[in-house]
Amino acid sequence: MNKKKGILNSNALYTFIAISVGFLVGAILLMLAGISPAEAYGKLITGVFGKPKFVTWSIVYAAPLILTGLSVAFSFRTGVFNIGAEGQFVVGSLAACVVGILVKAPAPIHILLCIVAAMAAGALWGAIVGLLKVMRGVNEVLSYIMFNWIAFYLSNYVVNLAIIHREGGGEATKDVADTARIMAPKAIVELTSCTAANWGIVMAIAAAVVIWFIISKTTLGYQLRSVGFSRTAAEYAGINTNRMFLTAMAISGAMAGLGGAVQTLGMSGRISQFSSQEQFGFQGITVALIGSSNPIGCIFAGLFYGAMKYGGTKLSLVNAPSEVVDIIMGTIIIFIAVSHVFKMLVLEKAGKKKGGAQA
Amino acid sequence: MNVLIKDLGLLINAMLIATPPLLFAALGSCFSERSGVVNIGIEGMMTIGAFTGAVVAYFTGNGWLGFLCGGLAGAAFGLLHAVACISYGADQTISGTAINFLAPGLAVFLCKALFENSSDSPALDTAAKLPKMFNGVFKAGSFGYNVLNTYPVAYLCFVLVLVVWFVFYKTKFGMRLRAVGEHPQACATLGINVFRIRYICVIVSGFLAGLGGAYVTLSTVSQFRPSVIVGQGFIAIAAVIFGNFKPQGAMKACLLFGLCNGVKALLGSGNVVSPHLISMIPYLVTILALVFFVGASRVPAANGKPFLKAK
Repeated sequence: MNKKKGILNSNALYTFIAISVGFLVGAILLMLAGISPAEAYGKLITGVFGKPKFVTWSIVYAAPLILTGLSVAFSFRTGVFNIGAEGQFVVGSLAACVVGILVKAPAPIHILLCIVAAMAAGALWGAIVGLLKVMRGVNEVLSYIMFNWIAFYLSNYVVNLAIIHREGGGEATKDVADTARIMAPKAIVELTSCTAANWGIVMAIAAAVVIWFIISKTTLGYQLRSVGFSRTAAEYAGINTNRMFLTAMAISGAMAGLGGAVQTLGMSGRISQFSSQEQFGFQGITVALIGSSNPIGCIFAGLFYGAMKYGGTKLSLVNAPSEVVDIIMGTIIIFIAVSHVFKMLVLEKAGKKKGGAQA
Repeated sequence: MNVLIKDLGLLINAMLIATPPLLFAALGSCFSERSGVVNIGIEGMMTIGAFTGAVVAYFTGNGWLGFLCGGLAGAAFGLLHAVACISYGADQTISGTAINFLAPGLAVFLCKALFENSSDSPALDTAAKLPKMFNGVFKAGSFGYNVLNTYPVAYLCFVLVLVVWFVFYKTKFGMRLRAVGEHPQACATLGINVFRIRYICVIVSGFLAGLGGAYVTLSTVSQFRPSVIVGQGFIAIAAVIFGNFKPQGAMKACLLFGLCNGVKALLGSGNVVSPHLISMIPYLVTILALVFFVGASRVPAANGKPFLKAK
């Protein structure tokens, strides 16, 4: 494969184009609404990079997104589309919250208990869908969607249980015990003056490395990927595809569950009653797509999304609707989704120029 | 006895409020899924329909015009989904996810742009909403008042079920639509334009979802709010699965899910059963349906698979 073709073939190029188109569409809409795109995007940039505090906040926003992104990316590699990361995130944060409130334990153990509970809950939520797929042939996209909403209402139900509900009004749970919080040491908080600074990002990066290791350096990862490439070929090679699906969906769920734990034990410290889906799981789909389903790519894609999300909250200062972020992200997804056909066309054209020889 | 009849009236009333948006969207979903295109963007299409309906009615004072425009806005996103999935072979679930970002994002964006950074549109006058039938005929609170003094659209959608059923099973287009969802290659061999049929179906699905969304803002809620559509689109998809991908089945499922809503409204915060648990029922029964009637509730064979012209 020659160099030019290598560039045309790389996912990075199409991701870059997709991101540019996303910002372009956002700019057009801002202009139509009578808002200067330069001013709005300028605010977005200074709102993220202007102060160490802002950068820290963006990273805090990014940590759960990296984890849901990893969750989706991991499932993609096995040929499963984990659109259920949303629900797995919700049950994960719920489990972490319940253990964080009801269980009494000293600091490091309490944190560990919460995280194990969250990952187990997420893994269970994913594995149920996997079991339905493997045992009854149920289409996983459909059951994932159902389980997202079951998790949504389960969380709202649990939040309102007397044992866990906040005293004195407010549609939220009590605060998670301090022993279960994963807040950064005082020095870092003072240095960055970001009160929400927490260990989430470290956990997210560690998780990304672990997932990368599983995918590319272990037999399990090799088997998972072969199922993703071709289910029938993998079966012929003697790989138990059903077991692979279950494993992949459970690990994927555990990652999303961990994301929920990071959000609850780090930034929020409690769960509020949902009025609509919080979208962490769906945003994870975007992260996985921008990161080309590569675990390390997910770190950067997650940081990008986190920055956009945090920067978006500043847009109201210049009277620009923060929803422009959703529009930019939606456009990026659509363009990445159609890019493989695009890529085919470009490569075909490049091939024809070279005399039609498809190396 | 009187109390019982009155309660029944209230229950039917709550059902008639909750069912139409689900049913419109579910019928739309039937079109798309049966033609072989998964459309999980229904939720977003309902949201943009809800927004457009409310805004057009606010500025023109005409509820019916708002209703129609709501449908058209949904159809526009249907077109986007069609272009991405049918012409460019994008993964249908991913495209649907994108629409669920884009459409609600655009709705709230435009709402803020139009109404001085408020994410809620101004409340509609009664005159600008959809009209009610039999105004003043029944005594307020009576059984007849609750059941019949309602929005004609609530009844219209049941007529629409009949129409869709007719299109699906009694017309050439309907036969082709169903065939395209099962075996597009065979259809293409027979000279059927798979692309055109799928395009029409996906756009129609967006249109109907948009109508469903507009019904919400133009009847019960009277304004657009970001949380005006929460899960109705997904319940509609659930209803289609539960209803075996048939319009008449989807209607039964929507009535059942509407009934859940009626029960929820009737119990109120009476705390007999948590409203959150009742809200779970549509999704739970759909999972059960998927598990136990897989044989019967069969997903159209070509559903979700892009059809690209052979080279």
